[in-house]
Amino acid sequence: MMAKLRARFLPKGRTMVIGIPYLWLLFFFMLPFFFVLKISFAQPDIAQPPYQPLVKHEDNKLTVQLDTTKYKTLSDEIDGFIEKPWAQAKEESQYVVAYWNALKLAFFTTLFTLLIGYPIAYNIARADEASRNTLLMLVMIPFWTSFLLRVYAWIGILKDNGVLNNILMAMGVIHEPVQMLYTPFSVLLGMVYNYLPFMILPLYAHLVKLDGRLFEAAADLGAKPWTIFFSITLPLSKAGMIAGSMMVFIPAVGEYVIPALLGGGEVVFIGNKLMDDFGANLDWPQASAVAVIMLLLLLAPIVWFHRFEMKQREAEQ
Amino acid sequence: MSNGKGMPLSNKIYMALGFFFLYAPIVSLVIYSFNESRLVTVWGGFSLKWYQALFNDSALLASASLSFKIAFLSATLAVVLGTIAGLVLARFGRFRGLSLFAGMTTAPMVMPEVIVGLSMLLLFVALQSALGCGEESAGLLARIGCWAFGERGMVTIWIGHTTLCMAYVSVLVQSRLKEIDQSLEDAAMDLGCPPFKMFFVITVPVISQALVAGWMLSFTLSLDDYVLTAFLSGPGSTTMPQWIFSSIRLGLTPEINALATIVIAMVTVFVVVSNRLMLSAQAKRDKAMQMAVAGKAG
Repeated sequence: MMAKLRARFLPKGRTMVIGIPYLWLLFFFMLPFFFVLKISFAQPDIAQPPYQPLVKHEDNKLTVQLDTTKYKTLSDEIDGFIEKPWAQAKEESQYVVAYWNALKLAFFTTLFTLLIGYPIAYNIARADEASRNTLLMLVMIPFWTSFLLRVYAWIGILKDNGVLNNILMAMGVIHEPVQMLYTPFSVLLGMVYNYLPFMILPLYAHLVKLDGRLFEAAADLGAKPWTIFFSITLPLSKAGMIAGSMMVFIPAVGEYVIPALLGGGEVVFIGNKLMDDFGANLDWPQASAVAVIMLLLLLAPIVWFHRFEMKQREAEQ
Repeated sequence: MSNGKGMPLSNKIYMALGFFFLYAPIVSLVIYSFNESRLVTVWGGFSLKWYQALFNDSALLASASLSFKIAFLSATLAVVLGTIAGLVLARFGRFRGLSLFAGMTTAPMVMPEVIVGLSMLLLFVALQSALGCGEESAGLLARIGCWAFGERGMVTIWIGHTTLCMAYVSVLVQSRLKEIDQSLEDAAMDLGCPPFKMFFVITVPVISQALVAGWMLSFTLSLDDYVLTAFLSGPGSTTMPQWIFSSIRLGLTPEINALATIVIAMVTVFVVVSNRLMLSAQAKRDKAMQMAVAGKAG
């Protein structure tokens, strides 16, 4: 009866309903990537927009000009990195260094958010229902507060005459200010701080679903708490760990604001190079080429994550 | 997976440290907003002068009003589109292109914003030249297109923010739809209710919590966005995050602390109150559901 009714009522409207968000995303999210790919092969120009058209129509002839210099800049840097001494290569190969900084610090951000966030998510999930809600709310409030302002807060804490240096000096731990701001440390700290909720929430969502009877059974059979944790809790929360790690790692690689404000030009991410090329240098083709390579680097984790999520979804249904 | 007992002391200490890490920066922001001294980190006595300065800063007020407008529009459109997307993913089963659709709805949440921003900008630039904006002999359709996309500004930012926010809304709506009992919808269909009516009369009230949460989340995401806006805004459209970012670049000013304190106060009140409201609404609904089920069984 139900199936028949659904079949009778749904189809016509069905396509339309699917169509609205589908077309929006195809047009405003998917299609733009092809323009990035296209412009990455264009030549920069002092014009509006600041690049030359790829397809030219002259003397009744269509000519397509693909300019690969922007990619060559990047591949030359990799060659230079292998051949030249480290110090010189680091100075000259700014794009490679920026990619490397982004990947490295995104990896450590993921690692530290997982290590710090897991026990928090675990404790919230195991708390009784009344305090669970309050604890989750406490995790969420900083997350709802402006991201820029949270980054700004760390400047006041970390700078040479900032809160942390003042406290450490008053305690006599150090005698003169230690430079903490504008170092890889400050960027990593800012990233871990800001991405922590993105790790805690998916972890919590998976941990809270675990059946408490499993733990009781294991404990009744004489398993030690640590054994229970490593042989039951940890394997069963694998999905949450993967989801959280991807929610942190992928956007962290493209981070711009945190290295810009807490790295102060000392720690440059590839996102900063892209913004510089787009804004200050007005070299949109170079910015596009940088984006294409960044997307290629992230494609594997993104596709893998998507497959993983689809499989999870099917398992749930 | 509650264990019914309280947390052991070691876990309590860990949680306290965790929350200290989360809140210490925010508390320090608030404290120094009341500082008399211009030097952000030297205490010079209690003062409200930075709040006063804030309300006399016309550039900030203009950018804040633009940001609120865009956030309102983006959150509203994102809830409409995100709800449809969530409904499709939760209720429509398989269809051709499902995998691509599912990928596109969630990708904006993880995709680095510099890539999304740059690509959208290039789309709008391509649209402008395709429509022939700035030329005389434009048709009606082209003129409408140019009015919207002709220059970077509110409309382009609105589209960008909507695309980002609808991903979050669709996830919220989707997970809410999976939680709720489908038998209500089935019953309505059995009684001959057309799908569109059923959606507005049955489904929307049941998922209203997720819609409100999605709207609020979208509103704050939009209000807070710097990177997408940097690509999609034009010379005449400075949003609040852009004002904040350039002020920070120019050096620390206690004015930003004052602004932060206002934002934090608003957010805290908002989150606490809406949490209370949601909890009581949920309790009421759960009770009604139980009674309905009990009545059916009897």
